[in-house]
Amino acid sequence: MSMHTIVSLPDQSTARIPKDNYITRENGLLSWLLTSDHKRIAVLYLISLSFFFFIGGALAGLIRLELLTPQTDLMATDTYNKVFTMHGVIMIFFFLVPSVPATLGNFLIPMMIGAKDLALPKVNLLSWYLYMTGGLLALYTMAVGGVDTGWTFTTPLSTHYVNTNVLTTGLAVFVAGFSSILTGLNFIVTIHKMRAPGMTWFRLPLFIWAHYAASILMVLATPVVAIAIVLVMLERTFGIGVFDPAKGGDPLLFQHLFWFYSHPAVYIMILPGMGVISEVISTFSRKRIFGYTAVAFSSVAIAVFGFFVWAHHMFIMGISNYAVLVFSLLTMLVAVPSAIKIFNWTFTLYKGSITFETPMLYAFGFMGLFTIGGMTGVFLGSSGTDIHLTETYFIVAHFHFVMVGGMLMAFLSGIHFWWPKITGRMYPEKLSQLAAVVTFIGFNFTFFPQFILGTLGMPRRYASYPPEFQVLNVFSTAGATILGVGYLLPVLYLVWSLKYGAIAGNNPWQATGLEWQTQSPPLTENFAVMPIMDHEAYDYAWLEDQQQKDEREHRQLQERQKETEVPSAG
Amino acid sequence: MPDSPVITHEAANSAHAEHSSYLRHHFNSTEQQADASNFAMWLFLLTEVMFFGGLFTAYLVYRNWYYPAFVSGSHQLNVVWGTTNTLVLILSSFTMAMGVWCSETSRRRGLVLCLTLTFILGLGFLGIKSIEYSEKIEKHHVPGLHYSLQSFLDPDSDAAAKAPGDKPLPLDMARKTEVYFSLYFLMTGMHALHMIIGIGILGFMILRARAGAYTAGHVTFVENFGLYWHFIDIIWIYLFALLYLISRH
Repeated sequence: MSMHTIVSLPDQSTARIPKDNYITRENGLLSWLLTSDHKRIAVLYLISLSFFFFIGGALAGLIRLELLTPQTDLMATDTYNKVFTMHGVIMIFFFLVPSVPATLGNFLIPMMIGAKDLALPKVNLLSWYLYMTGGLLALYTMAVGGVDTGWTFTTPLSTHYVNTNVLTTGLAVFVAGFSSILTGLNFIVTIHKMRAPGMTWFRLPLFIWAHYAASILMVLATPVVAIAIVLVMLERTFGIGVFDPAKGGDPLLFQHLFWFYSHPAVYIMILPGMGVISEVISTFSRKRIFGYTAVAFSSVAIAVFGFFVWAHHMFIMGISNYAVLVFSLLTMLVAVPSAIKIFNWTFTLYKGSITFETPMLYAFGFMGLFTIGGMTGVFLGSSGTDIHLTETYFIVAHFHFVMVGGMLMAFLSGIHFWWPKITGRMYPEKLSQLAAVVTFIGFNFTFFPQFILGTLGMPRRYASYPPEFQVLNVFSTAGATILGVGYLLPVLYLVWSLKYGAIAGNNPWQATGLEWQTQSPPLTENFAVMPIMDHEAYDYAWLEDQQQKDEREHRQLQERQKETEVPSAG
Repeated sequence: MPDSPVITHEAANSAHAEHSSYLRHHFNSTEQQADASNFAMWLFLLTEVMFFGGLFTAYLVYRNWYYPAFVSGSHQLNVVWGTTNTLVLILSSFTMAMGVWCSETSRRRGLVLCLTLTFILGLGFLGIKSIEYSEKIEKHHVPGLHYSLQSFLDPDSDAAAKAPGDKPLPLDMARKTEVYFSLYFLMTGMHALHMIIGIGILGFMILRARAGAYTAGHVTFVENFGLYWHFIDIIWIYLFALLYLISRH
């Protein structure tokens, strides 16, 4: 059973949504809730993730509203603590960590490697249910009064000194963690065992490499935060003495266990985004990614280095100076593979045939904002400046540049890029380009002032601040409003496009990946016959050859038809 | 312009008709299916290593800091029960391994017997463990409000557990025994939780095996469960060494 990869130029006038696809194969709510199809599970994730994103976003709006004025006027300080804690918990554990992997990764990994499904489809569904259980627990926590420890659950604050719902939040994060572990495990097994014939490791799209690296982190780091949270919960309920200094425990141990996960977690969040950017940059420059191997290995390098930098979150917590020195150095080293990626994407653009469709605009946004976010990370990684800047708005700005400016841009880039594949329809191009620009502007207005606020010494996590900081805070809040519009727009026009968008056809971007060589939306089993990979990834020269060959054959066919027509006329 | 070959899913499915009944639709061969689930199991065990790793780290740190407290705490454990339990678990690992062999060689009655023995041995382990726990509860060695320092401040009052050379600990160090017992209950409790889950799955497997499952070529589930069971066994071996044996001469 073999199939030559077929390159079809989309002919918009005749393109139709195929009658049989993963959406139409079965009907009814149950067919979605009990599905084991990775594409349907990805859609379930997409809907639920967006829901949590907007809850987290609303909380962010409340924070910015409170900070519009120097006084504490919108809400009590206790409430403010709960609002920023829930914003952090929901955005990190229920949006950022699963965002790209659970939606795009779930949808695309089997398609990109030429498989029918992930290796463990039922486990995949289980991971969505775990995610939802965790998410509903988090919502329950909010409904009964929230939690105010900060998303970091710092001990002994979380174990002894707060009277809020630490247990349910902890449980929510614990359960969501298992969802993440199962997703990562599933991806690793799938990438190892399910690749189509000819799909060697170095023919894999870089999206796959990035997800592989992120999955390693999910599988190895998440269990550690799980046990840390169990310990917090047990200490809170039964008074065991692991973190309690009064009994001889050490709160620093909690910090080590927590950041052993939570630092790699930022790479869990960003690596899949980087995978998206590789695909998008290559497609819209019509070029193979410059330095494919270097980009592939830089993902793995980020995963490996990512495990050995966690203590840079603890420079002011009284760890030894030698540890600070070593962790500072290792932190600088992570900048190297990250820079390799940025440089290689830039060189890919060089002499490429660049077009500016929406995914590409978001990708440019990613490259700029991630670079700023990454460079300010170097300030925070060197202990001298860190001691001044940590716990100020500088760190808030840094984190949001990487996570919102980087990750969210990449997520939106990917959603737009693969929307035609997922739904079979195009999004409205002009409107979405506008949304991308609005997002970029709004983002910079929101978070750039926070760098300045941080260097001026405005601490994070307070509801009030000295009046001289107001101008910059007003900028930030105004920017957040624009940013909100930028995020609302895609929801509106993407939903609109489900019914009214132009028909996309198999390969609207004329991209090279296997996922584009099948119908949109794809069949439940992805490919009608098992594909065979007979060329490198991003081989646009190969793609052009194929297209020329197709046209030649088409011309010959027409000529032959003419020849046969002539005698009959005579 | 060439079109993709139009193949309905009925045609695509019919290609699978000749395969074994247990081959899931998205795999190409039973080897691929078995490989994938074995690999997944090993990865899962890796996450378990990391999970217990956090506890072992805590143990190592505090043992270094509060060495005398950890020695005294360790002397409170019942080595006889501990050793018995270790033997029970090793025996259960053997019966489990035999179960996997029976499954691979299609011996249904042998499989049911082995799984049942493993089930009973697992329950036996938990029974012995609960005897040990009740000793700790009686002596107020459970961390929390009712924790008692008696055995450490005055070892002579607790002659049964006193090892030769045990001296009274100063109050400050005696308090640190609570850290030791926190870790003891955490680590053995987490291990016991894994045992309970394992025993539950064993019960399910016994029922299925009696109905003829696992002996018709599709043995992955039994093999993977075997891996899990051996893994719990290995965790116990470490716990036994670190909690019971390390401070005895």
